[in-house]
Amino acid sequence: MKKKLMNMSDTNLLLTITIVVFVVMYLCAIIFEGKGFLKPQTFFNILNANAALIILSCGLSLVMITGSIDISVGGITALVSMCCAVYLDYHGGSVFGSVMIALGIGLAFGLFQGLLIAYLDIQPFIVTLAGMFFARGMTTIVHTNPFNVENEAFVALKETRIIVPGMGSYNKNGTYVNAYVEIGVIVALLVVAIMFVLLRKTRQGRAFYAVGGNGQSALMLGINVKRTKFIAHLICGILAGIGGYVYFLHVGSGAASHASGAEMNAIASSIIGGTMLTGGVGNIIGTLFGVLSLSTIQNIVSSAGLDQAWWTGITIAAMLCLFLVIQSVVMARKKKMTKK
Amino acid sequence: MILSFSSCKKEVKEEKTEPETDNLIVVGFSQLGAESDWRAANTESMKSVFTEKNGYRLIFDDAQQKQANQITSVRNFIQQEVDYIVIAPVTEKGWDTVLKEAKDANIPVIIVDRRVDVSDESLFTCWVGSDFELEGKKMAEWLYRFTAEHDIAPEDVHIANIQGTIGATAQIGRTNGLRWAVEEYGFDLLAEVPGEFTKARGYEAMESLLADYPDINVVYCENDNEAFGAIEACEAVGRIVGTDIQNGEIMILSFDGVKEEALTDVLEGKIACIGECNPLHGPRVESLIARLEADQSISKYTYVDEEIFSADESIESLLIDNTVYNVIRLTPEYVEERMELFNVGSYTNTNQSQDAY
Repeated sequence: MKKKLMNMSDTNLLLTITIVVFVVMYLCAIIFEGKGFLKPQTFFNILNANAALIILSCGLSLVMITGSIDISVGGITALVSMCCAVYLDYHGGSVFGSVMIALGIGLAFGLFQGLLIAYLDIQPFIVTLAGMFFARGMTTIVHTNPFNVENEAFVALKETRIIVPGMGSYNKNGTYVNAYVEIGVIVALLVVAIMFVLLRKTRQGRAFYAVGGNGQSALMLGINVKRTKFIAHLICGILAGIGGYVYFLHVGSGAASHASGAEMNAIASSIIGGTMLTGGVGNIIGTLFGVLSLSTIQNIVSSAGLDQAWWTGITIAAMLCLFLVIQSVVMARKKKMTKK
Repeated sequence: MILSFSSCKKEVKEEKTEPETDNLIVVGFSQLGAESDWRAANTESMKSVFTEKNGYRLIFDDAQQKQANQITSVRNFIQQEVDYIVIAPVTEKGWDTVLKEAKDANIPVIIVDRRVDVSDESLFTCWVGSDFELEGKKMAEWLYRFTAEHDIAPEDVHIANIQGTIGATAQIGRTNGLRWAVEEYGFDLLAEVPGEFTKARGYEAMESLLADYPDINVVYCENDNEAFGAIEACEAVGRIVGTDIQNGEIMILSFDGVKEEALTDVLEGKIACIGECNPLHGPRVESLIARLEADQSISKYTYVDEEIFSADESIESLLIDNTVYNVIRLTPEYVEERMELFNVGSYTNTNQSQDAY
């Protein structure tokens, strides 16, 4: 057991902790909240509502592994939703066009912020803070009032359900109700898979870890540090565009207040998922479980009928603390053991 | 290790499920937010009715003004197999899918306050709320009767309407009520400007109205907060608010009557008349659920009873569409009594803490 623990890399160790905590938490939910959580659809609902957050968190994990940060993703999500909504309803746009707009916005933010951070060496926090303010401001300029999109093709896409075979349940009348996921979930899982392969199996992926772990050594190893940072922010921007569209596809409306605090939830998910703010450590699968843990907590709080919304915030804060403590304790113990 | 852990959890589960098997009716309530005093009173009314003592278990969820949150919590309710779902929707559109899911799960849905705009009316069981157009009509009728009593010709009544949030059910109904009277009696409607149901916007709107229309003598505010702003704006430029509009006073009309300040303003003569908007939906919803439980028929739309308050004694009742509505003459005792009605639980506490600041 001890040997196994020692042989594990930091990244894998934190990943294991995350998955174990998620499973324990879900078991607790089943025990204390009862039958609702036993149904597969409850889990799929969590996925449906958080597909966008999974994508945003993948982007954030990437920049955090590279030792950087991006807090503009929530703003980009709001901007993407509003631009697509206005384009679809006021300019008679097509669904394909709206996807292009979303990708375009994400790409533009990724390019610009990446350039400023990597090549002009400006603090990533400051750059993306400005990006966040800009995106939120632009959202209000594009359109002030929230509204629901009525474009038929879009609504049809929004209502598309992918049936998960064999996972349905019987309702009170005894009728069988199929379990389903939304299109966004498929997109999110694809993103997770691609990011996993990118980080684990490619030279570029190892470069991200190297730069985040120690920039100086990475430079000496012949890795182009600036280019690596730039690519990380570029990908994060594009993922924010995709995540924004998935969010838009889930809510079907444009509003300046959309995805408020999403960047913070994404950071929290990444941290719960075992990504370290200091860089060099992290795993995309962990991030997926981080999002699931975070949203399961929210689900438990609202199922318990703890009416005040701040309960969710307090529980997440407590959970973050718990994770950070577990992370540092386990890491410290491991270091000790390795020394011996 | 893991085995013993999970088996010990299972024991806890058995213990836990026992008390839940008693016959409490589980109600999931998705409230749109907590933006106003009216909303706070509305939430409190639901909480005070759906208690375990009355045989209910209430799962309350505050959606913080977001439809996405409301849809998520309704889906949660469905998975938990609650017995009834109550929704106070934030917007009218975009409910078809989730209501269909509730229907598929055979859970009755009761809509309160604002309405839902769905393609198929059978997607929800019933609706409870205010008749906003009637509120507006009552107010306009009161104004007509009052001016007739004081020998003021309708064309000399120069009205400005400070509207609520454009598109809100309350705004549409109250504006339509006034427009009906303008058509019917020939009042002079000078302008309709948005005030977003807030004091700050009410103040701004009144400021510019006073500058643009010097002959303005009646202001129709679509809620109390706007009226507070309008009164302040009038007083800031030295205009007197009151009912003597022949002698240069400006008459303020308003809606809601939830806050004590508003009713006190009526007593002091600052607000001429308030159309009540009753937030106490809890008992209504409860009686509907009781009827559904007993398999009795219910009506699709239920309106809550609403009064109209004034300190003026000249008009005792109004006749609209063949129905007589009494005008309540406000007295300090009545205000006290009414405030006690709202003084339930935390609602009072929040009020007191606000006063303390």
